[in-house]
Order: sequence, then structure tokens, then C-alpha cells
Amino acid sequence: MTGTTQDDYTDRYARRVRGMTTSEIRALFAVASRPEVVSLAGGSPYIAALPLDAVGDMLSRLAAEHGTTSLQYGIGQGTVDLRERICEVMSLSGIDASPDDVVVTVGGQQALDLIARLFLDPGDVVLAEGPTYVGALGVFQAAQAQVQHVAMDADGMIPAALSEAIDEVARSGRRAKFLYTIPTYQNPAGVTLTDARREEVLDICERAGLLVVEDDPYSMLSFAGDAPRPLRARRREGVFYVSTFSKTFAPGLRVGWVLAPHAVREKLVMATEANILCPSAFAQAAVAQYLATMPWQEQIKTYREVYRERRDALLDAMRDLMPSGTTWTEPEGGLFVWATLPDGLDSKAMMPRAIAARVAYVPGTGFYADSTGTGNMRLNFSFSAPDRLREGVRRLAGVMGEELALRAVFGPTGQTRQRRRGAAGADAPGPDLA
Amino acid sequence: MIKAMGTDAHVLVLAGGLSYEREVSLRSGRRVLHALRAAGLSAEMRDADVSLLPTLREDPPSAVLIALHGATGEDGSLRGVLDLCDVPYVGCDARVSRLAWDKPSAKSMLREAGIPTPDWVALPHDRFSELGAVAVLDRITSRLGLPLMVKPAQGGSGLGAAVVKDEAALPAAMVGCFGYDSTALVERYVTGTSIAASIVDLGDGPQALPLVEIVPRNGVYDYAARYTAGLTTWHTPARLTAEVASRVSETALAAHKALGLRDLSRVDLIVDSADEPHVLGVNVAPGMTETSLLPLAVEAAGLDFGAMLATLVERAVARTH
Repeated sequence: MTGTTQDDYTDRYARRVRGMTTSEIRALFAVASRPEVVSLAGGSPYIAALPLDAVGDMLSRLAAEHGTTSLQYGIGQGTVDLRERICEVMSLSGIDASPDDVVVTVGGQQALDLIARLFLDPGDVVLAEGPTYVGALGVFQAAQAQVQHVAMDADGMIPAALSEAIDEVARSGRRAKFLYTIPTYQNPAGVTLTDARREEVLDICERAGLLVVEDDPYSMLSFAGDAPRPLRARRREGVFYVSTFSKTFAPGLRVGWVLAPHAVREKLVMATEANILCPSAFAQAAVAQYLATMPWQEQIKTYREVYRERRDALLDAMRDLMPSGTTWTEPEGGLFVWATLPDGLDSKAMMPRAIAARVAYVPGTGFYADSTGTGNMRLNFSFSAPDRLREGVRRLAGVMGEELALRAVFGPTGQTRQRRRGAAGADAPGPDLA
Repeated sequence: MIKAMGTDAHVLVLAGGLSYEREVSLRSGRRVLHALRAAGLSAEMRDADVSLLPTLREDPPSAVLIALHGATGEDGSLRGVLDLCDVPYVGCDARVSRLAWDKPSAKSMLREAGIPTPDWVALPHDRFSELGAVAVLDRITSRLGLPLMVKPAQGGSGLGAAVVKDEAALPAAMVGCFGYDSTALVERYVTGTSIAASIVDLGDGPQALPLVEIVPRNGVYDYAARYTAGLTTWHTPARLTAEVASRVSETALAAHKALGLRDLSRVDLIVDSADEPHVLGVNVAPGMTETSLLPLAVEAAGLDFGAMLATLVERAVARTH
């Protein structure tokens, strides 16, 4: 008469796995995939804007004419052809780099994982904007590192807050290894670090001996003029530059890269070979061919125009419909708006009501290592058409109105149940949600 | 058994839906689909969406097995639509399903039938605004005492439910609950052993399967504890004396019959420190996932899950002839 937990491996899991659980919020996102729901929760690019027939022909030729190499193993670092083209892409942002120092990865996500493997011991501290990318939080959690958030305002990360965070970590006797930052059209906040602050942040990190990991997936998706030059274009040493073709071409190919300081490159290659052996030869060939033969810069212009129109639609609808007391960022590029709710509203507690009203968003708590962010939500504008975005905001505003009325009846109730530290992924959807 | 339905017998498993329990439903549906096929039946799974009715008309299945949790699968409405389409389904009919799904209605019927269920009050949220939340909550706590169980009047999987031990935590629990439903059920919390009794009728009248005892690691059987393998220990059969187990099974069977349930159900109970069972609620579309209670009971009874489902399908088909 013994019991079962339906998991005979419970006592054997590694420490870093403990605490991985399903969550109510994750369950609610399952509904968001139905077409009745206006999903503002995803982070998917609008792939329908690609010339899919032409891409299909290209992929077909890759298999038929170059299959003996494109379907074969490749080298861990990635093909020379693609690395050269990546350097051309980066040069458009003012980054001067050698293909030798580029490592091709499975999306930007694997680049973050490799950097974490190389630099983080359990208990080390990573500084990161608060809020920050949920996928990065997952990588740092898996490395058993602690994340210390640095506050932002409309001009991006606040340099004084960065200095203060560095001091605080030092005072506590812990060691901060690097600053993880998305300086341009930040996910989830939608803000951009100004030119002046970029220099300040680099100076502060240099003085503190802190490496900088610059995650730059969105800078080509600007709506008005060019984005400020990346941190890596300003300083070579101590800066890792991570980017991806997921937003400029297609996330389904899973091709990203990391440009590393020369000394580190070899270790990155060994780490990636231990991790994935080599990136997909076919996906690399597809990206290289796309860059070589198709009007990819024109395609980025198309993405920009589509997203600018959608951002405008979302912001117009918010201005017209959101209850007073709601504020939000006004991104000049990228995919996301970060909203701050009127006092007393809790974005996580409000989720079931939103799902019932057929609208979805990501609660702010998904973007913090601790459980802060209850008063915020991330709204995506890249995937849905303008009229759907407006309908989504209309539903969301209705939900917020109802929740405000309910909270007025019951008075202040304090915060909802605290989530386990580090388990931010429990409050955010999987990558497949559009 | 399968031949009786004809060699072209075909089962449609409905799973997914728009409820909060979509994810759980999809997991239940896949498990059921696999078990039916392993038992030799032709079966397919689909969502309940706008393409359902055209499919039922053009390619009517021999029977439907509802693995939809939440309102669509359990409030009787979908069953009513299947009745309109003359498609047989496993489980109770639309009217009974509606009563069982609404926890306050089900509790009233149980009490009328003399079946113990914890004292409760059910209130829609606008009653609190009309009468003043503080005054109403004060009356509730003085009548029912603490701790209290707050849960949506309709819904499952522990979503929106909270145990309230301290009066100060009651408003937050109410707000959390009203996120899921416009009516809250506030119930006297009974401390004791959590038991799930699965009832199956394979042709000889409803029978209680071995009882499953639920011991969540953190003391609360919430969503994560239900669906994360490793967070809850289930004891099958429950660690009760034969006499107490028999009384619990009888109570569960009485609840199944009092509500007019059919084919299969799960009755959730608490056995208090005096070994007395109290019925908390019933499920007309019980979970069928890897961590669900009914499949555990089926296994403990020595039954084959797929063969049991096949028999239930056969009974559903036979009802139409």
C-alpha cells in the first residue's frame, strides 16, 4: 500500500531542476492559441509578410542542388560563408568584426546559454534590466545564478541605478559576472538606451570590471530613423554581442550568433560542440542564401512598416480606451509595449478574467526574477492586424474596468501569492504562442 | 463487445475548448485517444469549435467521448447540442450535467438527499457591492467560522480556489475567485483526508472503484500540485480501514445516484477526524491525464483503461437503439 507521485525520478533530479512546476498562468495561455482570443501575449514576427513562394523555391534548391553539404554535419563555429555575411549585417550597425570571432548559434537563446556556461558558477550574480527577457532569466536560473535587476526609465537603464546595483552586490560579498542588457527596443519594456547613457553604462561596467552581454534582436526594426549604435560598435573589449535572424528573417530557422572577444571565441566553440555539436547546416545555408540572393533589406523595411502601423494602432487604441491611471511606453521600434496598470490592479490575478473576455497578455511578473511586476503587463503588436489590436485593447480595457470595480468593493487586498524566486517562465507563455 | 457496435464503429474524442482547463483537457483527450486505439477502436480527437457541427453532420461518429473540462464539457450545453444532433455520448445527460457542474446546486441536492456536505454560502460578486463587502464577509465568517474554502461556483482543477485561515486574507481570496467566476462558493473547511472516489457503471449498475487518497506535498492541492508529477502522493487504495473505506464508497455512490449521474463520475470527499465523509463536489467529465485520479483508480481495480472506455462507448451507442 505505497503511494505514487507519478514521477519515480523525483529524488534524482539535479538541484537546478527543482521547483520547475506547471502553473495556472501557463494553463491560461493554452486558451490564447484559439482564434477567438486576441493574443497580445506572444512575441512572434509577422511571417506572412515574407515572400513565402520565393523562400520555398530557394529552400528546395538548397536541398536538390547542395544537399550533400546542406544536409550534412558542419563545424561547431558555423559556416564561414554565413559568418562572413553576419559580419556584413553587423557592419550596417557600425560593428567592425572578423568572421573568426563569430559563433553561429541556435537562435540568440543558445548564445545566452553558452555565455552562461562559460562564465556563471552557482551563486554568481548577473545584472539585468528590470524587467528583462524571460528567456534570459530561464538561462540564468538554469545556471543557478542570481539576477539583480537594474531600474529603467523612458531613456533605458538608469546609470546611477547600475552603479548602485554593482555596489550592493559587492557589499553583500557576492560576485557580479556580467551585465545582461537589451539596449534597443527592449523586451519587454520597449524603451531604448540613449546615446549618452550608452557611453555611461560602458564606462561604469569597465570601471567595475564587469563584462557586458548585449542582446540586440530588434535594432533593425526601427520606426523612425536608425537606432543608436550598439554598445559593441562603441567598445570591442569586454562586450559580447548577441543577435538573431528570428526578427529580421524567420524564427523557425533558429539561427542566431554571438560575436565574442577574440580570446573567448575558442572556448565558445568548444562549449557549443559539447552542447549541440554543430548548428543546423541547412538552416545556416538557408540564411546565407537568403542574404545573398533575396532583397533582405527591403524585407526588413516591410516588417518595419507593418509593425509601425500596428504600434500606432495599439497606442491609439490605448489612448482612446484604457482606464485612467494606466500608463505605457511608446516604443520607437521592436515588438512590445509595456503597460503600468492603475493602482491596485494585479495583472496576474486579472488573467482569468481576460481569458474569459478573449484577450491575452503576459503579466509583468514573467519578466522579473523575483515576484515584482504585478502592476505591469507586456503587450505585443507585431502579430495581430490593426483592427484586432484595437479589439484586444477594447476587451482589455473592459476587463480592467471590471477588476477595478471589484477591487473597489473589497478594498486593498495586498499582493497575490508569491511565486518561487527564479521561476519567471511559469508566468510567461511558451515560444509557440503567437 | 466492439463488434456489437459494428466494424465501422468510430469514436470522436472532444478535447481542448475555450475554458481555463484547455491544457488539461488536451492532455486528457490524448490519453483517452491512445487508450481507445489500444483497445482496438477507431478513434480521433478534435476541438469543439466551429467545424464540429459540420463534421458531426457529414461524418457522424458512433459516439462521442467528452474529454472537455470546464463549462463546455461539463455544464450540459455541449451535451444538449449533441442531443440535437442525435449523436450519443458517454456520461450523463445535459440536464444532470448542468446541475452537477454548478457546485451550489449540486450541494443543495446532496443535502436534500441526506448526504453530508460542508456548510456553505454562494454569492455573486454584485451582492457584495450591493450590501457592502465588509458586512457580508463578517456574517460569513461568524456563521461558518475559520478556516474557509473559497472557490468559484463553477469550474475545476483548483483554479481560483483558496483556503482562508485568517479573516484578513478573505478579501484577496474573494477577488481571486471572482476572476474565474461571477459567483463564489464559500464553504466551511473540513480538515481531514482528501479522497477521490471514481464511480463507473459497466452494465451492472454504478460501482465505486478503489479510493484514491491525495496527499499534496505542500498541503494544498492546487493547480501545480495536481498537474506536476512529483508534487503530490496518491495512495491507492486510500489508507483507510475497510469499514471507513466502505462508508466512503457508499457515500460516493449515494451522491452519484442522488444527482442522477450516468456511466462514470468522480466524487471528491474529505474524511474528517471522526472518520465521517463529507462530499465536496462531483465531476461529470473527470480528468484523464497521467496525474488524474480516475485512471489511477481504474488501474488499482485491475481494469484495463481502454477496455473500460470501450465498454462505456458501447453502452452509449446502445442507448440510441
